[in-house]
Formats: sequence, C-alpha cells, structure tokens
Amino acid sequence: MSTNAYALTDSWTMTRRELAHWARQPVQVVVNLIFPVMLLLMFGYLIGGGRGVQGSYIDYLLPGMLALTMAFGLEGTMIAVTQDLNKGVIDRFRSMPMANGAVLVGRSVADMLQSALALLVLMGVGYALGWRADGGPGAFLGALGLLLLFRFAMLWIGIHLALVAGKPELVQAVQILVWPIGFLSNALALPGAMPGWLGKVVEWNPMSHTATAARDLFGGTGTEHVVPAIVWPLALLAVFFPLAVRRFARLSR
Amino acid sequence: MADTAITVEDARKTYGTKPALEGLDLQVTRGTVHAVLGPNGAGKTTLVRILSTLLRPDGGRVEVAGHDVVRQAYEVRLRIGLLGQHAALDEELGGQQNLEMFGRLYHLGARHARVRAGELLERFGLADTGRKPVKQYSGGMRRRLDLAASLITDPEVLFLDEPTTGLDPRGRAEVWSAVRSLVGGGTTVLLTTQYLEEADQLADRISVVDAGRVIADGTADALKALTGGDRIDVVLRDAGQLGAAVALLPIAKDDISVDPDRRLLSAPVTDRMAALSGVVHALEKAGIEAEDVALRRPTLDEVFLHLTGDDRRVKEAA
Repeated sequence: MSTNAYALTDSWTMTRRELAHWARQPVQVVVNLIFPVMLLLMFGYLIGGGRGVQGSYIDYLLPGMLALTMAFGLEGTMIAVTQDLNKGVIDRFRSMPMANGAVLVGRSVADMLQSALALLVLMGVGYALGWRADGGPGAFLGALGLLLLFRFAMLWIGIHLALVAGKPELVQAVQILVWPIGFLSNALALPGAMPGWLGKVVEWNPMSHTATAARDLFGGTGTEHVVPAIVWPLALLAVFFPLAVRRFARLSR
Repeated sequence: MADTAITVEDARKTYGTKPALEGLDLQVTRGTVHAVLGPNGAGKTTLVRILSTLLRPDGGRVEVAGHDVVRQAYEVRLRIGLLGQHAALDEELGGQQNLEMFGRLYHLGARHARVRAGELLERFGLADTGRKPVKQYSGGMRRRLDLAASLITDPEVLFLDEPTTGLDPRGRAEVWSAVRSLVGGGTTVLLTTQYLEEADQLADRISVVDAGRVIADGTADALKALTGGDRIDVVLRDAGQLGAAVALLPIAKDDISVDPDRRLLSAPVTDRMAALSGVVHALEKAGIEAEDVALRRPTLDEVFLHLTGDDRRVKEAA
C-alpha cells in the first residue's frame, strides 16, 4: 500500500484543519477580508483619482484591487507555511504514514477559498460604490477564473519562498518587497501617465496583464490581454510548483 | 533478529561541515525501555530524527521494527510514535480536534478516530479540557496530549526526545508515570535525556552518547558501578579538620575529593547505610563537627567526566 492511495482523504483532512482554524479565529478571517476593502476605499476616495484614467475610476480601480488582493495573498500563504514549519506539528505529519503532499494541498485549498471569498466581498463593496460588470456572465466568470489562476501562481511562489526562507524574519523581507511589486502595476493607475521607464516595468508586470484582462472582460471592452494573463501564471507555476514540491520532499536532508 | 526493535549500525550524519553522528551503533531489544543519555549537542535529537524518518542518515544502516528507515519509510511510519522535544501539536485546535485529525491521518476512519481521541483524552486526564485550544494548555498538559497523539495507533516503537525537559517536577512525574504505564503493553521505548536520574527511573538499558558516538552501554547499575557508584558528601564546620577527617573516616581512600572552600569532602561508597552510620559515628567519636552528611548518586557530570576521562573507547559494562 503506498501513501498515494490516501492522497485524497489526507488532503481533505488537511483542508478541514485549515477550515477549523477559521472557525477558531473568526475575527482574523474578517480582518483579512476587510483589509482589501480598506485599500479600495483608500485609493478610491482618499489618495486616488487615478492618474491618466478616463471614465469611471471605480470601473478601473476595482479590477485592479482584485488583482492586487490576489498578489498580496502570497504573503498570507508564506506566513502560514512558515508558521507551520517552525512549529513541531509538521514533524508529526512527516513521521506519519500519510500522503506527503497533503499538507501543501490543504494549504492551497484553504487559501484559494479565502481568496475567492475576498473577491466576492470586494466585488460586493464595488457594486455598492457604483462598479458594474457589463461584459456578460461568460466574460464575468472568465475574469474571476483569471484572477484565481493568478492567485494560484502566487500561492506556489509563497509556498516555495516559505520553504526556502523558513524563518519568520525573512517573511518580513518578502512582505516589504511584495508592496512595490504590487503597486508597480497598472492596478491603480495607467502606465501611460508614468515616467517612460516606469511605464515599461508596469506593462511588463504579470499582474498588469491579469488586471487589464479582468477589466476588459468585466467591461466587455476587449480580450487581447487574456492570453498573457493565462500564460504568465502558468509559466510561474511551471517553475515554482515543481521547485516547491521538491523542496518539501527534501526537508529530510 | 526478531527480538530486536531498533538496529543502528555505523550511523553517520553531517550538517554542512558539522558532524552530528560519527558512526553510532545501537541495538534495542523489543519490549524494553532504552535511554540515550548525553549532553546537549551529543547527537541525541539527530538520532531520534533519523529513527523516526524525519532525517536521512548520510551513511550506515538504520532499521526500526524490521524496516529500513530510508528505503521503507512508509512501513516504519506505520509502526512508530514520536514525542519530539517541542510539542508536535496544532496550537490553534483543541485536544479532541488534534487527536481526531491525527487519527484520520492514520486512516482510522472518521468514527473510529473520534472514539479513539476520546479514549486517549480520558486516559491522560485531559477529557475536561478537550475543547480548549492547545495554546492555553500548561506545559505538562501539552506534553501529555503530545504523548497521547504518539499513541493513537498503539505503535510498536515509541521515540521520546527529552520528554521532560522544561517541565516542572509535577509535569515530570506525570510523564514518567505515563511512560511506565506503556511498558506493560509491550511497546519498545527509546528515550533521550540529559538526566541520569530519568534514565535510572525509566530505562532497562542506557547508552551514553557523546560527540555522535556511544561511549558506554549497559544497565543503570552497571554504568554507576563503572563510575564508582554512590558517593557520600561531608561538610565540616571547620575546613582545618578536613585532613583529620579523611584520615579517620571509614571510607575508601583512593577516590576522595576535598574542597576546602566549601569545607567538603566527597568519597565513593558501596554499602550506603553502613557508610552513613560509620561516618556519623566516627565524626562524633573524634569530636569533629559536621554541618551536613549526605548520600547521593553520581551526577551526569561525574558519569560523564569519568567516561570521557579515559581515551573515549567504547566500554562494555554489561
């Protein structure tokens, strides 16, 4: 009997563990959902105005905030994996006859659920502020799919970084770096309104493709960014998924 | 061999350039308690991590419950329980939730996992606190829950890595009595410790490790005999009388240590009670005033200094 026979049940058990954490800490769950809403309000009303944006800023900003929230999910994943690694419980899991990858699968499912929830909450608040998706149900679901695909790529980058860094101190370094990378995108403002070199960086940022593709799909205004918004996350996954799995298997070295 | 639960031959492990195990050998008989005794950094935790499949050895042969820890890790994991130095529990979840989760991961099935969790909480006196998150548990409770988690499947071999380090005397007594209650069930236990007393209390056999090797191996009595056994400490009121006391006391004269600053003389004894009454009478008769006369077991320091004082060859004390 190999461990693979139990891959599904073990993954489900580990997912239940994460959901049990939510049930134990409802305040934490709510805070995590409110944070992107605060950012949305802050950029929408306090600081924003949207450099170079024509038409309704909320229609521009909201898809950007959705993409930004997916990018910031990397931090949450990394913190959770680092905490697990630095507590003894991971040793018990690894000394048990369970499917090796189940710990990571449980993490993935829980984080994806949390992100889907965050998208729903943000869209609800956006709707109240006047954001409308006019592109039709197919395009709407397509946009959600692209955002979650991007989140999935961030998830595995987060797992890999946590396994490589392993220490809470290094998580802080990554947390600080995620911000400029998140904001060096077209989430909040058009690259055309930025200095030339900065605009280039922003256009190249994979997150910009996801944000633009979602914006176009929600608004029914085009699909030319859909392909890069699929290819970029898949390329990131092709690199970081095997790296993370290998790193996890090598914890015993 | 059918009656050997753990076989370690020439196990080696190096972290970067820092050697942790340098050819460690160990045999543990099925159904016995075996203590691995040594100071910090001797390689105890590395040994336990290798035995419990958490770490691969760089070289050597390591078998647990008849299976190779590298090539047959899954078979080994089916048969072992692990109590590590740090609580291997989910701090956010309650005791019942923890044990149920581990039970499911041992593939007991949902219902059986729940029943088993309840049984173990009851057995370790944690039934009342099963719903509280583990982070609110005391050190002793945490260790008991951790031990319960190691016993979900009645393992053939149980590893305890410094099970009482950091516990207060009461927590220590709780863990000791839990370990004793296991032994009757036929479980093989390997425990590491820094305390000679703990090894003495719990173990059938003791291996003393230092710098990644076993430097002595035998029963507690054999090891203590090797060190010179029990000692008697006499503290005098007047340091000037130490010389006179050494001359007249009925004690072996070859291994006496004298510390004038503490007005202390210390000597090995064979018959504890005869030595005690002999010394007290002799002091009274000679009119030498003593502040304290006490029998004590050799400390780990003394066992250690004695064992490493030689040329570090492995001694057979059996």
